[in-house]
Amino acid sequence: MSHVILKAIEKTYPNGYKAIHGVDLEVEDGEFIVLVGPSGCGKSTLLRMVAGLETITDGEVHIAGRKVNELEPSQRDIAMVFQNYALYPHMTVYKNMAYGLKNLGTPKDEIEQRVNDAARLLEIDGLLDRRPKQLSGGQRQRVAMGRAIVRKPTVFLFDEPLSNLDAKLRVQMRLMIKTLQTDLETTTLYVTHDQVEAMTMADRLVVMNDGIAEQIGTPTELYDKPATLFVAGFIGSPAMNFVDSQFAEEGKSVLLNNLNLPVIQKIETDVTEIVLGFRPEHIELNDQGPIELVVDIIENLGVESIIHAHLKDSSISIVVRQTESLIVPKGEIIRAHIPAQKLHFFDKNTGKSLE
Amino acid sequence: MIENRPIDTFVSHAVLLAGIAIVMFPVWITLVAASHDAARLLQIPLPLGLGDQFFDNLKHVIGEGVNNSVSLGIMLFNSLVMALMIAFGKIAISLLSAYALVYFDFRFRMMFFWMIFITLMLPVEVRILPTYEVVAQLNMLDSYWGLSIPLIASATATFMFRQTFLSVPDELLEAARIDGAGPMRFFFDILLPISRTSIAAMFVILFIYGWNQYLWPLLITTDKNMYTIVMAIKQMMEALEETPQWHYIMMTAFLAMIPPVIVVITMQKLFVKGLTETEK
Repeated sequence: MSHVILKAIEKTYPNGYKAIHGVDLEVEDGEFIVLVGPSGCGKSTLLRMVAGLETITDGEVHIAGRKVNELEPSQRDIAMVFQNYALYPHMTVYKNMAYGLKNLGTPKDEIEQRVNDAARLLEIDGLLDRRPKQLSGGQRQRVAMGRAIVRKPTVFLFDEPLSNLDAKLRVQMRLMIKTLQTDLETTTLYVTHDQVEAMTMADRLVVMNDGIAEQIGTPTELYDKPATLFVAGFIGSPAMNFVDSQFAEEGKSVLLNNLNLPVIQKIETDVTEIVLGFRPEHIELNDQGPIELVVDIIENLGVESIIHAHLKDSSISIVVRQTESLIVPKGEIIRAHIPAQKLHFFDKNTGKSLE
Repeated sequence: MIENRPIDTFVSHAVLLAGIAIVMFPVWITLVAASHDAARLLQIPLPLGLGDQFFDNLKHVIGEGVNNSVSLGIMLFNSLVMALMIAFGKIAISLLSAYALVYFDFRFRMMFFWMIFITLMLPVEVRILPTYEVVAQLNMLDSYWGLSIPLIASATATFMFRQTFLSVPDELLEAARIDGAGPMRFFFDILLPISRTSIAAMFVILFIYGWNQYLWPLLITTDKNMYTIVMAIKQMMEALEETPQWHYIMMTAFLAMIPPVIVVITMQKLFVKGLTETEK
C-alpha cells in the first residue's frame, strides 16, 4: 500500500494566488521522492502542505493510511528538516534533539537512549553539550537531521536542507542522507532546486513547474523519456539543445535547419510545428557526420569539454559535450552526427513529447 | 577603521571628559553635601571636598527619618516594591500582547495594534484626574496596587517585544509545531528564552521609569508609610518654616540614586545585547 498519497492537491493563497494546481502522487513505503523545480514552482509549498504547515485548499493528503488534512503537524507522524536548520538557539544539541520527544511525554531514559543512538549515527556524539551557535554549518545540519531521526517518524520531509552548505560539504551530506535513508528505510520527501542532488538521491523524481507536476518518474525515465519540453530542459547539464523544426518526407525524417535527419520510426501526429531536442552528450563528433558546426568557444574541464557552437549558415546555437579534452580554434568547422534514437520531439505549442 | 591622528584623539577625549564632568558634577555635589553638617552647608562658598559627617548623616536619615517623616528604609522599600511591580507588570502584559499581535491572526489585529500604539500619547500625567477617580473608587489609594497598576499598561514595551518577536525566524515556530509544542509551550520553552536579552533591557528601562515616578505617588499617597523616596525628597524641602536640612536631603537623594545604579551595572551586558543584538 502506498505510504503517502496526495490526491488532487490544490493551494490557493488568501490573496488569490494559486500556487498548486492539482498534484497527484503516490509514494511507496520506504521510497525516496525528490520534488525538484525552479524557485517559485510550488515544490516547497507542496512539502509544507504534507507537513501541515500550510492549509490544504483542496484535495486530500493521506499518510500511512490516515487522512491528515485537518491534523496538526505534530500529529502527522512526520519530521522535517529545514533549509536554515531552525535549531532552537538557546538549547544544547541534546535538548534540541530531545525536545520533540519530551513534548510527547516519552520517558527520560528512552529519550536519552534515542538521542545517544542518533548522535552516534550522525557522528555528533561529542557535541551534545554545545549550543547551535558553536557549531559549523555541517554540524548544525546533522543536528537538524538528528532531531528528525529521534522521533522515528513514518515520513521524513526535507526542505532544501543542503542549500546553505558549501559545495564540498554538500556532496558529503548528500551521500550521508542517502545512506541514512536507505538504512532506516523511512519514506522521504525531499525538496531541492539542484538537479544533481535530485538525480543522485531520488528513487523517483517529481519535476514541478508552475504548480504542476510535469513528470513523475525514476531518474533514468526522466533523462531518457522526458514527457515535456520543460522536463527535457531541466534535467541534464548542460541543458538539452532545442531547435524549432518539422517533420519531412512524410514523417520519415526531421529537419535540422536544412538537413534531413532520419527518424527511427515514423511518428503518427498531425502536429506540424515541433521542437527537436537532443542532449549535448549525445552528439558524436565524426568527420563523415552530416552536421557542420562552427565552433564559438570551448570550455575545457579536463575530464570533459563543452563546445559552444552554431550550425553553419544559421544562428542556431548548439552545445556539444565530449568526454575528452579538445582544442579547436574559434571559427573552425567540426562535423557531427546524432544517432536517430537519441532524438526527442515535442509539440511546440503544448510542450508535450510526441514519442 | 583604525586611524592614528593625535588631534582627533585629543579632541574626542576632551569631549568625552567634558561630558562625563557635566554628568558627574551634580552627583559629586550631592555626595559632598551629604558628608557635611548643616552649619557648613549654609556658609559660602559651598564645600567641594568631602566632609566627615557622612556616616552620622546616614545613621540619622535611616534611623529617625527627616522632618518627622518615616524612616528612609521604609521609603526605599516602597520605591523598590513599586518599581518592581511596574517593571514586572509591564513586561508580563507587554509580552502577552506582543505575542498575540505577532503570532495570532485575529480580526482587527492591526486596529488593536494601533489602539495600543495610541496610548503612547496618554501617559499618566495626561489622564491623571480620571485615573485618580478610578483608583479611588477601587479603594486602591495608599496601596502598592494603586501605586503600580495605573502605570503598568505600556505601549513602548509592547512595541519593542513585537519587534523582537518579528525578528524570530518563522521556521522556529514551524519546527516547534512539528515537535508538538502548542502555543503556550512555544511561548515559554522557546520564545521567552530567546527574548531573554530584550526582556532584560526592558527591565532596566522600566525599573528606572518606575523608580523615578514622582507625580503619581505624590497624588495618591497620604499615608506616610506609603511614601516613595523620590517624592519624599521634595516633601523634605518644603518642610514647614524650617530651613531645608540640606545635608539630610542630599543624603536621601544620594541613597535614592543607588538602586537604579545597581540595576544598570548588574544588567549592563544584557542591556546592551538586548538593544543591539540582531542574530537570534
